[in-house]
Formats: sequence, structure tokens, C-alpha cells
Amino acid sequence: MQSVLDFFSNHIEIIYIVILSIFLGIEVIGRVPSVLHTPLMSGANAIHGVVVIGAIIVMGQAQTDNYTALVLGFFAVVLGTLNVVGGFVVTDRMLEMFKKKKTRP
Amino acid sequence: MKVWFINKGVLNVKIKAQYLYRVAGKRSKSLFRARDEKLYNMGIHILTICYLIASVTFILGLKMLSHPDTARRGNLVAAAGMAIGIFGTIFLFEHEVAGTKEHLNNIVLIFVALTIGTVLGFISAKKIQMTAMPEMVSLFNGMGGACAMLISLIEFNHYLHTAMPKVGDLIFLTEELTTVSIIAIVAGLMIGSISFAGSIVAWGKLRGVIKDTSFKGQRNLNMFLLLILISAVAVFIIKTPITSDEVGGFSLPFADGSKSSWAVSSFHTNLFYGILALSLLYGVLFVLPIGGADMPVVISLLNSFTGVAAACAGFMYDNQAMLTGGILVGAAGTLLTILMCKAMNRSLLNVIIGSWGGGAGAASGATVSDHGAVKEISLSDAAMVMNFANKVLIVPGYGLAVAQAQHTCHELEKILEEKGVEVKYAIHPVAGRMPGHMNVLLAEADVNYEKLLEMEQANDEFKTCDVVLILGANDVVNPAAKKDPASPIYGMPILEVELAKTVIVNKRSMKPGYAGIENDLFFQPKTSMLFGDAKKVLQDLCTEIKTV
Repeated sequence: MQSVLDFFSNHIEIIYIVILSIFLGIEVIGRVPSVLHTPLMSGANAIHGVVVIGAIIVMGQAQTDNYTALVLGFFAVVLGTLNVVGGFVVTDRMLEMFKKKKTRP
Repeated sequence: MKVWFINKGVLNVKIKAQYLYRVAGKRSKSLFRARDEKLYNMGIHILTICYLIASVTFILGLKMLSHPDTARRGNLVAAAGMAIGIFGTIFLFEHEVAGTKEHLNNIVLIFVALTIGTVLGFISAKKIQMTAMPEMVSLFNGMGGACAMLISLIEFNHYLHTAMPKVGDLIFLTEELTTVSIIAIVAGLMIGSISFAGSIVAWGKLRGVIKDTSFKGQRNLNMFLLLILISAVAVFIIKTPITSDEVGGFSLPFADGSKSSWAVSSFHTNLFYGILALSLLYGVLFVLPIGGADMPVVISLLNSFTGVAAACAGFMYDNQAMLTGGILVGAAGTLLTILMCKAMNRSLLNVIIGSWGGGAGAASGATVSDHGAVKEISLSDAAMVMNFANKVLIVPGYGLAVAQAQHTCHELEKILEEKGVEVKYAIHPVAGRMPGHMNVLLAEADVNYEKLLEMEQANDEFKTCDVVLILGANDVVNPAAKKDPASPIYGMPILEVELAKTVIVNKRSMKPGYAGIENDLFFQPKTSMLFGDAKKVLQDLCTEIKTV
């Protein structure tokens, strides 16, 4: 019990961030029209590519002679970047078409 | 034992020395609770602001993405925030090595990796066919999952190698490895791997490389696997607090019980890789039995998984950008998944377990037993009917997307318009492979936006319409959704095509749609069937109508 309480008070900022972010995430896309489901999913897909920051840190902290970490880290950065760049570009391509339609009427 | 005893004192000193060194050289992970403020210089403060900007742009981006007018800008806003976060990390991130602050190593390699990823990502995203968008999203999602998985792997190894002294089989991990870090590492590993394996299978399915496979007892096996996986994770993270005298009489200086000193044995190491293997297996088995047409929902779900995995990495580094970005996507992705399911009038559980057919299918099977035969129509007859119609409504669906017939469809529309026929499209919100897919597809073929009718508008217009041409749509025009309470799709809003005078249905075969149920519509007297691949049929229709 003690340790659980400790855990809460030690990490209270993180817990706040997590809970507020969950509500925000739900609230922010609450009223999306179904036409935008696909682009929104794709956009969210690009945003979680933020994990690449972790890959960069891991890579940057690896000792220059730790080849396992270097190779894995290298792949992690490549894959993460693919996620980010590919995700945003694909989303933009999808939305480009919406825009074209929007300007016409 | 005697030698052990004699050496005890020496070892103890050694341990203490190593410990002190480790404490001094401890990597700073306390960006988040930067109590030791004076350790940081300006760069690190600016980096914190960079992360703040990134987090805000993610929120704004998602917000803007959910409105048609601002969607495109929203995407760019989020991308800009991402760039700020990434470059801020590269240039400003500092970690401490033996008491001195250092920028990241391997900057050159990082840039090479970034460049490779950017070029590959950009080219593949630009080159991909509009129809293949969903599988591309799935593939990118898998990349993100793999990235999270690799981070966890490297971090775990890092802790093993820089850990405190080894005593026999046990390796003592330092206090910097907090409970949060342990949970984050192993959760990131699990969720990232599931997302990676699942996304790759989803990608394969959409490409048609992997077929839907299910075997008897697969559901139970999946449940069982998940249970094992969760218990393995639980075993892994429940740590044994170490009291100073517990291990071979050593007094471990950091092992005062209140700190999270943590001992791993080879059992833990094996367990870690076991969790990796199990997660990958579970990811594959999770997606494998789910029908190809349900993939959008699955991709959306896996998308939110990857979000959570990214948040785990955020926990590991106390990194707010990753944390907020990941959690936002996790929450928004979950809601989006549920919204998608709702648009198809299904529950998420239903999609995952795939309980269409079965009992519900049998129930509706009873009501369709009194069907007559379907009526086929020849190409020339179909061309004739459409040529002399005043108004034709086209209902595109899955079949159109699969056949990539959107351009031919547009051509048919132009030819008919030249002949004085009014042509419009009736778009069901979930027609095609993904919600909104048809709009994107037809926009690619330069179909005028004003010609696309939303469901409500279309349902008003069917009454005044002579011919409805259904191109590979099935469940979205199934009248059972309105009439048959026993039908599994009962209650789903549909396009009421029966209101039109004539209905021509183009399908490849009489096979039911993904709901796995018969469609009454095909058996009605005003309906005639035009079998064949949508593209081929449309091409032939074009030539026929030109010669009429």
C-alpha cells in the first residue's frame, strides 16, 4: 500500500499529463465527419512517429564501439523517420484531394 | 565457500566504488523533474520549449485534421512541430557521461539514418497509388511499432551492460532504473512488437499477399496467448526489493529498499526475449483471422497501439513530446476506431472476434430462402437502359476500389453526360475499404465534387432516378438493414436504391459482401445483375454506349 501511494505521489505530474492527454485526445477529434476518418487516422499515424525522438536519443547515447546498439539504433531511426515522413506526406496527398474539391463549389 | 567469504570484503569495496562511479556518471533522465536545475544550460531549456511547441502542434494538428476546411493545414502544423522536436533533440539534447554534459554521439550516423528514412518515406508516399493508401498507412504504422520495439531492446541491453556488479547469476540494476522505466521498457516492447507484426500482416492482407486464415480454436489460442503474455509481463515487472543482507551477505549501498534497486537474472533476460517473441506471434495471430474488409478498423486500432508504445518510450526518457504525442494518438486512435465501427454499425469486439456469419448469418439465412433466381442483364441492354435514362446514380463500393475503376467510371460519366443523361454519385460513408475512401478515389479521377451526393441527399434523389448502377457495393445497399431485425446489419443506415426505377448491380460473383449475408436486393424484380470486374465492365459499357 505504502509503495503504491509513493508511486502516485512521486509520479503525479506524469499521471496528470497522461490523464489529461487521454481526455484531450478523445475530445479533440470527437466530432470528426466520417469522410475524414481515413486522413485523420493517417495523420495520427504520422504523429506517433514522434517515437523517432526516442530512437535518436538511444542512438546518440550508444557507445561508439557498441555495434549491436548502433545497428539496432540505426534501424530504429530509419524506421521512425519513415513513419514520420511517409505518414505526413501520405496524409497530405489524401487531403490535397479534399482541398481540390473544396475550392470548386 | 571459504574463498567467497575471504573475498567478501574486497568485493564489497569494489561494488561501492563502482556504485559511486555510476552515480556520478548517471545519465540524466530528470528533464521532467528538473530539480537539479543548475546542471542544465540554456540548450536544455530551449529543448524543453521545443518539446512544448511540438506537443501543442500535435494537439492543434489533430484538432484541425478533424475539420474538412483546416485538415490540410493541420497536417502541416503537426509536421512542423515534429521537425522542431526532432532537430531540437539532435542539436540540444544533452546527457551526462561521468559528470560532464555531452551532446549526443554518432550525430553523423543519425543524420544518415534520418536521410535514408526521409528519402524512402517521401518517395514511397508520393509514388503510392491512391487505391493503395490504406496499406501504406499500415506499413508506416508498422515501422513506428518496430521503432518502439527496437528502442526497448536497446535500452534493456544498455541497462544490462552498464549495470551494477554481477553477483553469480544476478545483475543489479541501478536505482535510475525506476519502476516506471521498467514498465515502460517492457510495455513498449510488447505493444510495439504487436503493432509491428500486426501491421505487417494487415499490409500483406490489403496487398492480397496474405489470405484470411483461421483455424478451429484460434480464438481460444489467441486468448491463451494474450493471457500468457500479460502474466509474463507481470512477472517481469514485479521486482523483489533487496535488503542489504539478502544477497550473499553483501551490503549493497543502494539497496536500502526504498530505492528501486532491481536484480535481474538470466531468467529475466530470457523472459524479456520471450515476451518479444510472444508479442510478435500474438500480433500475427491477432490480425490473421480478421477479414480483409475489416482491415481499416484493425489498422486504426494498431495505430493507437503504436501511439501507446510511443508514450512508453516517452516514459523511458521523461520526454514530454513523445509522452503527449503518444497518449494523444492512443486516445484519439481508440476513439476513431470506435467511430469507424459505429459507422459500420458494428462493435469493436465484433470486428476483432469476427463473429459475423455464424448465428446471425443463419438467422438471416432463413429469411432469404424464398428468393427467386437472379436476373442477369447483357452489356448492350445495360448500355441501352442507361443511354435512354434521364438520370443515373452511380453507387461505388469496394469492388470499384479493388478494380481501380475510378477513371473508367469518370469516363462513363462523361460519355453519358454528352448523351444528355444526368449522372451523380451516391456515396455511403463507409463504402470502400475505408471510411471516406470513395471520396478520395473519385476525387483522384477528377470527378466533380458537386456530383458526389452524401447518403441523405442520395436517398432523396433515388426516387427521381431512372437507373442506379451499383459498382461492387453490397452491404451498404442491403435492404435487410432496414427491414430484417434478425439481420446482423439491421439498423445500419443504407442507400435506399430500391426507390429507383431500375437497379443494375455490377459484381464479380454472387458472393456475399464482408458481412457474409445474402442481399435481398439482388433478387428483386427491378434489379438485374451485370457480372464481371468493375473496370472491364465499365470499359465495355463505355464502348457500347458510344455506339448506341
